[in-house]
Amino acid sequence: MMEIGLEHYLTLAAILFTMGIFGIFLNRKNVIIILMCIELILLAVNINFVAFSSFMGDLKGQIFTMFILTVAAAEAAIGLAILVIFFRNKGSIAVEDISSMRG
Amino acid sequence: MLTSLAFYLFAFVLLLSATMVITARSPVHSVLFLILGFFNAAGLFVLLGAEFVAMILVIVYVGAVAVLFLFVVMMLDMGFAELRKGAMKYVPVGLIVGGILLAELAIVYANWSFVPDYQSNLASPVNADVNNTEALGALLYTDYVFAFQVAGLVLLVAMIGAIVLTHRTRGGVRRQKIAEQNARKREDVVQVIKVQPGAGV
Repeated sequence: MMEIGLEHYLTLAAILFTMGIFGIFLNRKNVIIILMCIELILLAVNINFVAFSSFMGDLKGQIFTMFILTVAAAEAAIGLAILVIFFRNKGSIAVEDISSMRG
Repeated sequence: MLTSLAFYLFAFVLLLSATMVITARSPVHSVLFLILGFFNAAGLFVLLGAEFVAMILVIVYVGAVAVLFLFVVMMLDMGFAELRKGAMKYVPVGLIVGGILLAELAIVYANWSFVPDYQSNLASPVNADVNNTEALGALLYTDYVFAFQVAGLVLLVAMIGAIVLTHRTRGGVRRQKIAEQNARKREDVVQVIKVQPGAGV
């Protein structure tokens, strides 16, 4: 209990990941919260990477964490830009309104 | 002892703020709790000995991504209360999916172990003489320089994409158009009229 091992970090990351997934269902209508939940999921993945990197003594995990961070930042920027133009055109961001392409 | 205490503190606050992110009434509160969560994740990374990634997390996530979220949430005036209506309808299916995922992860973690001689297979072992930032830099600019360049390209494309998507030309605004000014010719705009004395134009 007192000695912090890899399992502690993996458990934390698993709970955080599940919380992110649950958040997507809980806020099914609000795209902004869904984007934030995706950030939470990516943070859980990053915690896994860094924990493995630290406990195995291999720096590769931290390198990949930086690449995940890069992609997450790009994704957030593009996602929010799409959100802004959608709101400008439709005046709403509810998910069920996004159906003009009948997908 | 102190390390494990710090771990439990950071982990507890991280999970608490994650809960608040997905349940908060107003999205502004969600963003603020997201920032708190990122700070605590950075603390966890420091505990793991990954200082550079921790600082990058604070700079990129808190300084850029979360502030971007905050701008968008405050800029767009949408009916947030309306968006929450009927949210409880999806709680059971969310609990089912989340429970299945958590159970699967628990099964994987319970039955997983390192291979006996994994120490001999490390791609880039940590050198104890070099600090974290220096080691990461030495690795990033040599072995992963191509991936590094591609990451930069991804950011460039994202930047151009965001600008192209949100840029709009407003009507009714007088802007300076240099090309049009340079393209003007004297013959098009100046007219010489001979005026007779006493006749007027």
